Amino acid sequence: MSDQTTNPIAFVAEGTIPPAPPPANETGIVKWLRENLFSGVTNTVLTVLSLLLIYVLVKNTMPWIFNGVWQANSLSECREILAGKTGACFAVLTERWPQLIYGFKYPEEAYWRPNLAFVLMLVAFAPVLFFDLPRKMLLFTAVYPFLAFWLIWGGTILVPLVALIGCVGASLVFRKLGSNSFAAGFFGAIATALVIWNVGGALIPEGASDNAWLTAVPSRDLGGFMLNMMLGVTCVSLSVPLGIALALGRQSNMPLIKWVCVIFIEFIRGVPLITLLFVASVMLAYFFPPDSTVDLFLRVVIMITMFSAAYIAEVIRGGLAALPRGQYEAADSLGLDYPQAMQLIILPQALKISIPGIVNVAVGLFKDTTLVSVISMFDLVGMIRGPILASTQWNGVYWELLGFAALLFFVVCYGISQYSQWLERRLATDHR
Amino acid sequence: MSTMTDPPKADFRLSMLINDTRYRSLTFQVIAAIVIALSIWYLGNNLIQNLRAAGLNISYEFLGDPAGYDINQRLVEYDSQSSHARAAIVGLLNTLLVAFLACITATIFGVIAGVLRLSKNWLVSKLMAIYVEIFRNIPVLIWILIIFFIMTAVLPSPRAFRGEDPASSMVLDLFAFTNRGVYIPRPEFTNGLFGVTFLNWLLVLVVLVGSWFASREIEKRATKTQELTGVRPKTMLVKLAVWLAPFGILMFLMGLTWNVPELKGFNFSGGIKVGGPLIALWFALSIYTGAFIAENVRAGIQAISKGQTEAAAALGLRQGRIMNLVILPQALRVIIPPLISQYLNITKNSSLAIAVGYADITATLGGITLNQTGRAIECVLLLMLFYLTASLLISMGMNIYNASVKLKER
Repeated sequence: MSDQTTNPIAFVAEGTIPPAPPPANETGIVKWLRENLFSGVTNTVLTVLSLLLIYVLVKNTMPWIFNGVWQANSLSECREILAGKTGACFAVLTERWPQLIYGFKYPEEAYWRPNLAFVLMLVAFAPVLFFDLPRKMLLFTAVYPFLAFWLIWGGTILVPLVALIGCVGASLVFRKLGSNSFAAGFFGAIATALVIWNVGGALIPEGASDNAWLTAVPSRDLGGFMLNMMLGVTCVSLSVPLGIALALGRQSNMPLIKWVCVIFIEFIRGVPLITLLFVASVMLAYFFPPDSTVDLFLRVVIMITMFSAAYIAEVIRGGLAALPRGQYEAADSLGLDYPQAMQLIILPQALKISIPGIVNVAVGLFKDTTLVSVISMFDLVGMIRGPILASTQWNGVYWELLGFAALLFFVVCYGISQYSQWLERRLATDHR
Repeated sequence: MSTMTDPPKADFRLSMLINDTRYRSLTFQVIAAIVIALSIWYLGNNLIQNLRAAGLNISYEFLGDPAGYDINQRLVEYDSQSSHARAAIVGLLNTLLVAFLACITATIFGVIAGVLRLSKNWLVSKLMAIYVEIFRNIPVLIWILIIFFIMTAVLPSPRAFRGEDPASSMVLDLFAFTNRGVYIPRPEFTNGLFGVTFLNWLLVLVVLVGSWFASREIEKRATKTQELTGVRPKTMLVKLAVWLAPFGILMFLMGLTWNVPELKGFNFSGGIKVGGPLIALWFALSIYTGAFIAENVRAGIQAISKGQTEAAAALGLRQGRIMNLVILPQALRVIIPPLISQYLNITKNSSLAIAVGYADITATLGGITLNQTGRAIECVLLLMLFYLTASLLISMGMNIYNASVKLKER
């Protein structure tokens, strides 16, 4: 008590101190730099090294890109225009653009057909990828494969029309019978489709394609990036249902079905895609009826589809295994039979879990479509390695061509992976 | 209290095959068996008819015939008079060689990139993210071609090394980087055992394995002493001696000399030639797969809960030791299973060698031999058999390793 009187308080704050700005080192960009780039000796060294790397990269590539020549007819002409300066010869891209995109045999006057098919593909995919769009658009998605086939291959419209009618008939039968018993609907649908295709196929007159409105293009004339896109899209769309079937088969408690699926999946996953493409190019023809001609494109599609189906099956098996057992038991206790339980309870959840994995497989598959250049199909890489680099005008323009191919693939693959991340966030129903 | 009664014993009706769960799976399997048997019969019948029409049969006798083509890059003796079987073995060893080399370097690239991507340094982590995204989203075939063209376009031809004032010169007078490949010195033993190279290398391997066991024993002793006394004896120098002394003595006894590559005429001779295609394939596979491994490593490290780092810090461990002693051993368990599948991918992707002319098994057996003999079915089957065996062996070996580092749960 006495201390208070003997030591009078020297200072009493009468008001609050006005807020001062933080020290310069602790705010804004300086703070960010100190914390993120120069927080210690190692960090500073790493930063300096990275800056050096970026500088070297930029210094070497920028003049090359910005001095690029866009209009010339050959490499030597490019060099004349550049007159000793470093610079790219992008003229090869402008001059050979149609070859890079459509291959070197696709008829020039028909380029609008794949273009239209590509635009329509975006429309057809939209309702599948973004489910806020009206569901009615799915009708167009269902028609699209037949339309695209007609546009790209041309010929008589009767062939895709018969195929479409077969599919419509099959789906009607499935609707009718499938509500009672899945098996009856399934086999009924297959039978209907086969009957319609056979009857319709017999009705199409010989030489119907000769004077068709769209000239027929044989599939060996397809090429360029178009071929990559076609292989990628077809094989991914076909392999997802096949992969689901294989994954369910592997989980089945019927030993025969289970072991067939296990052997198929493990065999396909154990060999590289190139050997499967060899099978498509030199071996598969032996397994078709002697007088039939199944063209290389179809054989390649069969093999790539089998390949990616095996990988997708493994991804979906992971999704199925990740579901708690309670989900299966709950479905059983509701009295649902196997197809119902799968359709309504198990697959919607399992597929949601497997989306990132399926997209990974899809991206990998799209990249792997470049391998068809090894069995002398002229896809984008095949065109670059074959006709373009071998031509006298453009012999030696590696960087521009391969860089262009790399850029195309990067844009598509990166886009797909960004979409998958968006979808994952969109589908996340758990609260975090 | 009522007793449970058996369900009424219904007579067997045909519809029960489809509607009764007791019989349904049997029905389906019988149908499936019939379908499979029919399709196998159909395909086999087609095969037989097609082969008969082409006048072919299935026979592996062509493997004994002389191959008649040359292989540049080879690990065992081979010339154009050797048999197709020997060409296939050369290719097989080449596949294993490039897969082995690429697995090692891809792991190194991947671990470095994965750890750096988690770095606190903003610039470094962004650079690593760019590396991963660029390499993951562009086909490996394009990478192999790009690196192959870089090699052939940027490196000088052997001719540039000639003359009074050559345009290029050898690095340290030991290594020659040319567009045909890289030449490195080859170790040779002047007075080795029995003059057999293979036995000499075996001896070197035995000595190195012995040193490894000895140094492990030293570590164990040091740990035991630490547990008894609390002080860890310094083992660095002893270990260094255990590694270097036996090796040095062996090299001295066997008379180690280096066969340095030198320019003879228009090309280099002597030394080991590591061909351009091998380097392109090796580098492309490792840098491409490295990007995937980096993502696995990052996921593995992030899977370890933050509490582990904090607990280790609370115990007073330094940053480096937290990584080595606490995080990595746990992260390894998450990383290894995807790493196995990356190694399998490298082995399978090495079949792209055919695009740059590296003579792996796909290029010899599935390429030249197939085209020369026209024995498509036999060649492709052998090729698939090899890859299946290799895949199974790799996954078996890695699974054993995985089991040894796995968390031992009670």
